Amino acid sequence: MTSELDIFVGNTTLIDEDVYRLWLDGYSVSDAVALRVRSGILEQTGATAAVLQSDTMDHYRTFHMLERLLHAPPKLLHQLIFQIPPSRQALLIERYYAFDEAFVREVLGKKLSKGTKKDLDDISTKTGITLKSCRRQFDNFKRVFKVVEEMRGSLVDNIQQHFLLSDRLARDYAAIVFFANNRFETGKKKLQYLSFGDFAFCAELMIQNWTLGAVDSQVDDMDMDLDKEFLQDLKELKVLVADKDLLDLHKSLVCTALRGKLGVFSEMEANFKNLSRGLVNVAAKLTHNKDVRDLFVDLVEKFVEPCRSDHWPLSDVRLFLNQYSASVHSLDGFRHQALWDRYMGTLHGCLLRLYHD
Amino acid sequence: MPGKLKVKIVAGRHLPVMDRASDLTDAFVEVKFGNTTFKTDVYLKSLNPQWNSEWFKFEVDDEDLQDEPLQITVLDHDTYSANDAIGKVYIDIDPLLYSEAATVISGWFPIYDTIHGIRGEINVVVKVDLFNDLNRFRQSSCGVKFFCTTSIPKCYRAVIIHGFVEELVVNEDPEYQWIDRIRTPRASNEARQRLISLMSGELQRKIGLKVLEMRGNAVVGYLQCFDLEGESGLVVRAIGTACTLDKLSSPAAFLPACNSPSKEMKEIPFNEDPNPNTHSSGPSTPLKNQTYSFSPSKSYSRQSSSSDTDLSLTPKTGMGSGSAGKEGGPFKALLRQQTQSALEQRGGSPHRFCRRREFPFFTLTAFPPGFLVHVGGVVSARSVKLLDRIHNPDEPETRDAWWAEIRQEIKSHAKALGCHAVVGYSESTSICEEVCILSASGTAAVLNPRFLQDGTVEGCLEQRLEENLPAGCGFCHIPYDELNMPFPAHLTYCYNCRKQKVPDVLFTTIDLPTDATVIGKGCLIQARLCRLKKKAQAEANATAISNLLPFMEYEVHTQLMNKLKLKGMNALFGLRIQITVGENMLMGLASATGVYLAALPTPGGIQIAGKTPNDGSYEQHISHMQKKINDTIAKNKELYEITPPEISEEIIGSPIPEPRQRSRLLRSQSESSDEVTELDLSHGKKDAFVLEIDDTDAMEDVHSLLTDVPPPSGFYSCNTEIMPGINNWTSEIQMFTSVRVIRLSSLNLTNQALNKNFNDLCENLLKSLYFKLRSMIPCCLCHVNFTVSLPEDELIQVTVTAVAITFDKNQALQTTKIHVEKSLQRASTDNEELLQFPLELCSDSLPSHPFPPAKEHLESASSNSGIPAAQRAASVDYSSFADRCSGWIELIKLKAQTIRRGSMKTTVTVEKASPMGEGNFRNRSAPPCANSTVGVVKMTPLSFIPGAKITKYLGIINMFFIRETTSLREEGGVSGFLHAFIAEVFAMVRAHVAALGGNAVVSYIMKQCVFMENPNKNQAQCLINVSGDAVVFVRESELEVVSTQQPTANCQPSCTGGEVTT
Repeated sequence: MTSELDIFVGNTTLIDEDVYRLWLDGYSVSDAVALRVRSGILEQTGATAAVLQSDTMDHYRTFHMLERLLHAPPKLLHQLIFQIPPSRQALLIERYYAFDEAFVREVLGKKLSKGTKKDLDDISTKTGITLKSCRRQFDNFKRVFKVVEEMRGSLVDNIQQHFLLSDRLARDYAAIVFFANNRFETGKKKLQYLSFGDFAFCAELMIQNWTLGAVDSQVDDMDMDLDKEFLQDLKELKVLVADKDLLDLHKSLVCTALRGKLGVFSEMEANFKNLSRGLVNVAAKLTHNKDVRDLFVDLVEKFVEPCRSDHWPLSDVRLFLNQYSASVHSLDGFRHQALWDRYMGTLHGCLLRLYHD
Repeated sequence: MPGKLKVKIVAGRHLPVMDRASDLTDAFVEVKFGNTTFKTDVYLKSLNPQWNSEWFKFEVDDEDLQDEPLQITVLDHDTYSANDAIGKVYIDIDPLLYSEAATVISGWFPIYDTIHGIRGEINVVVKVDLFNDLNRFRQSSCGVKFFCTTSIPKCYRAVIIHGFVEELVVNEDPEYQWIDRIRTPRASNEARQRLISLMSGELQRKIGLKVLEMRGNAVVGYLQCFDLEGESGLVVRAIGTACTLDKLSSPAAFLPACNSPSKEMKEIPFNEDPNPNTHSSGPSTPLKNQTYSFSPSKSYSRQSSSSDTDLSLTPKTGMGSGSAGKEGGPFKALLRQQTQSALEQRGGSPHRFCRRREFPFFTLTAFPPGFLVHVGGVVSARSVKLLDRIHNPDEPETRDAWWAEIRQEIKSHAKALGCHAVVGYSESTSICEEVCILSASGTAAVLNPRFLQDGTVEGCLEQRLEENLPAGCGFCHIPYDELNMPFPAHLTYCYNCRKQKVPDVLFTTIDLPTDATVIGKGCLIQARLCRLKKKAQAEANATAISNLLPFMEYEVHTQLMNKLKLKGMNALFGLRIQITVGENMLMGLASATGVYLAALPTPGGIQIAGKTPNDGSYEQHISHMQKKINDTIAKNKELYEITPPEISEEIIGSPIPEPRQRSRLLRSQSESSDEVTELDLSHGKKDAFVLEIDDTDAMEDVHSLLTDVPPPSGFYSCNTEIMPGINNWTSEIQMFTSVRVIRLSSLNLTNQALNKNFNDLCENLLKSLYFKLRSMIPCCLCHVNFTVSLPEDELIQVTVTAVAITFDKNQALQTTKIHVEKSLQRASTDNEELLQFPLELCSDSLPSHPFPPAKEHLESASSNSGIPAAQRAASVDYSSFADRCSGWIELIKLKAQTIRRGSMKTTVTVEKASPMGEGNFRNRSAPPCANSTVGVVKMTPLSFIPGAKITKYLGIINMFFIRETTSLREEGGVSGFLHAFIAEVFAMVRAHVAALGGNAVVSYIMKQCVFMENPNKNQAQCLINVSGDAVVFVRESELEVVSTQQPTANCQPSCTGGEVTT
């Protein structure tokens, strides 16, 4: 006796969250059944392995049919074939677009191309995430990227509107899309200590302040591309380190203000010029695409690592950065105050976030 | 020119890409009705076209309006080659033809293609302007309402229930026409879909005409079926019950339908039809020269009635069962005469009724209170026929004659049981190649004539007399003469009223009557059976089948009886026996809901007797088995809370004799002192239900009895509308269809192996369902409907449709209070309206506990100080009640120790068994349904929606779909293909309901699911036929807040976005 056909169709589509997770994690039906057996479900419900197999198959089939709709979530809402309560629809979408931290760290900032897709094998081996799941996550990134690129309006809003994701997930996707578009290097060994959350935080600040959208909300791609003009202008900041008087003045202003307040004052005083040069040079280099990509590498090399080697506490870093940015306003000879604020305001936030072990 | 149909094509969405180059589609729409076609403009390059067309107007006869479907075809315009069809939508405009139903059809319909499935959606608006037509020779029957529901629809009241209507239309099956060889599968499928749509329209119209002839205005319990006879044609047949319904005017004053029809009856005088027989086909057509009619099947088909326990008692005599049904014995003739005369004496009304209607059948399974007087038992008839080509589709006499013959037989079986009517009547067929088994079954019953025609004075008088019988047991009393019983049965005095005789078991095809007193909960009971059969051709095949049928029926019956006893129950409701014929086997599947009726005696246990008593180890084995059986019975009694109250001695000790004249005329002649001894005899026999194990077969049977696993805790299941013993439903429902096909492995199968396979298939399927729905616990699977088919040699297909309804265990107490309050209120109104309602009964039943005092309830009661008092009150009441009827208890005092079942009035009365009664829905604390989003359409095989009130019936949904694929593997194999198709069918049903302005389908049924595959060719085809009633319902909770706010006519799913009400 073999089962030729075995189906269950409910008027309201049954969604088993546990099976959905197994499916999303890319397990085959037999692996999923084995995992479910291990979870002790048979003992809880008194079911047999055959029942579990049939149930798992059924759910997998449903998910497979739903997948096409999940690729364009608004379709899931308007389609008539599966009657799913709104809360469940939201759950399906949210879980489908959720991604693994380990995976996203591997592909963040990489071009979402066929080439990268070929590397998924290695990523799968490295992270222990099934290839199937890697593919889904990669395809999600790519799909969102394709839909929202060249679109007008806020990146997060666009993603939310076209993929019906929660605010939090939409922000994460905005970061992924932003990183992919600007190809920021995140894979270097030096950067391994950073989490996706750290990068996403920086991405959000950069989108808010450094993109076209920050000045003009009526352009295509406004949140994806950095404001080229702004990057060009950043060269003007070079004067802060090139002009020796200005640099000295800046240093004395900062040191005066922080004397006695900083635990690492002497180290700061000794390193001030190096740090300032590092930060300003990063700005000045951003005209070149290659240097834009290395932004995070540079920030870590030029600022985070020196401070860390001197054991600056985070509170001291914060005090220093506050004073370092604010003091520029008192430099009479410096005319690019607005530019400085736009640059340093974002960098300030990013550096604080990047500064940890 | 009686009608103008107006159609507007608004827009499309999610269309498929038809032009690979541009990834877009140039879509336009053809709107066709009858022979007229309109076209929209081509909307270039879009997957979401906005046609916004003008109103296309069709001027048509109302006859066409009834027959024809509106056909909408979406096409892709192609400049160079032929336009490609994207898909079609068929819209049945029948709901627009009656005044109270829908006024407009408007909404998004899935665009369906028989090869590709659903391909996008189209927004359509349809309206009909009807002109009055006073032509008395008209062929149309616009205005007659159709309901699939097998009870009086919730917002109507039955004024008169006229009776049986049937019709049948035949045609050639397009799939078998010569043209099919040259046309595409798509064209062939579409021709078939269209033809069936046309035929069912025609059928409905013809039935409507008959109803009008009978002066009715509605058909309730409408059941339409297709017989795909292959080469010999396509038969569409329908049966139903003609009624005159009155809409209950204000929804606020929502009374249970038909609470007091007697008053209104006089307002609509019923003139007797001078020519009464026009509506049904003559039974006199000679058969022999037209078709083979196998006599064995005729004589064999018998009433498997409630009480023929002798079958199981003495299995060795085997065919004794056949004799029970055989007509013509002198015994039987006498009985019939007596019955006839008895009927005549009873005011003559049933007699008149019998003469007027050729077949006194009713497709209803639930009835207005007081309608059902007595139930005799199940009557069934089967007949094996050889199909031959239908030569002249306009004269389907052969098929008509076949059915007339079967119905005649059913009628005579009913007569033999002393009944003048058959309720819960249904018909079915099973076809394999050129052999066809026709089956009909129903429940013989005595009905209250008051509903069948306008109430004459004598009718009322008589009825008053009848109603003096206590409610809750009257229907159990035997309608036949106990001295001349149609079959040997063990009668006892009713355990409820002690006045009338009842059988020891009762089998019926109807739902549990609303006023029945039940102890404990019910459960699904199934008998499953396979029999191998040699492959044969034509006549030889038909003879072989005819010879097998009696054995099958006998074994199915025995299995049912054994399983019922094993559950400790004494009655079956909703019994449905399906016999399916295949190439090399016959399958029997009987499903029913077992209950413990308080009025019937406690079932005796099952005793096993070995054949070779000398063998010691064998005996040990037997006693081991016996112990297992006894344990199972005890366990089941606990599980289903079957704890009939003990009768204490003092109650029995104080007899108050009842006046005899209350008992009905039919019986009064035969009552004599002999009864007492007879009664004792039957008591003596009661425990002697013996299973003899004389060979391995019997052993297998006993084993299989014990292999049925009860559902996991928190689950109950039944195949009736509602679960006896549960009434605190919450609003969460989940309707589902599950299909399984297994391939039998070996070619040389034995009956045992086959039985085991089949049994496992059904049990595993149930287990899977329980597992899948575990998140709904505590819940009950209601209306579990199994269908078996044998699509190929080694394939068995089982299709199950049911609905899972959650209920609240903890809420029982609260609802109890509400129930009592409600019933008190109800009682006062009842007393005013129904003067004939015996006052004592009301006062008796009201304060008592609406639940059987089961352990669980008692336990929970102890935590609540208010309730034990109520229970005490109940018991006090009970004793006073028992006092009055203990006159009869006196008679059986001798056997006092066996009388353990008292007539505890655990008065479940009206509301218990009728969740549609308002009492149940006043469940204020019920959690609001989470998914009552706009656009959600509920589907249920039940006639009601828990926690909600149906405010409007929008018309019947009757849809037929074919799906075919030539890329089976690519679509996920057979499972993927069928899963997608069933999901699509649900979607199309929901879309149609939503477009009618409804939010639910009730009495939903999947009548056919014919699946054929050819994996080698990577092909599969499936035909599905579904039907139901589109309704508008309002949640009770919402109703109380805003009674004016009705769901809008246009529940467009597009606005489902995030709108969650409640």
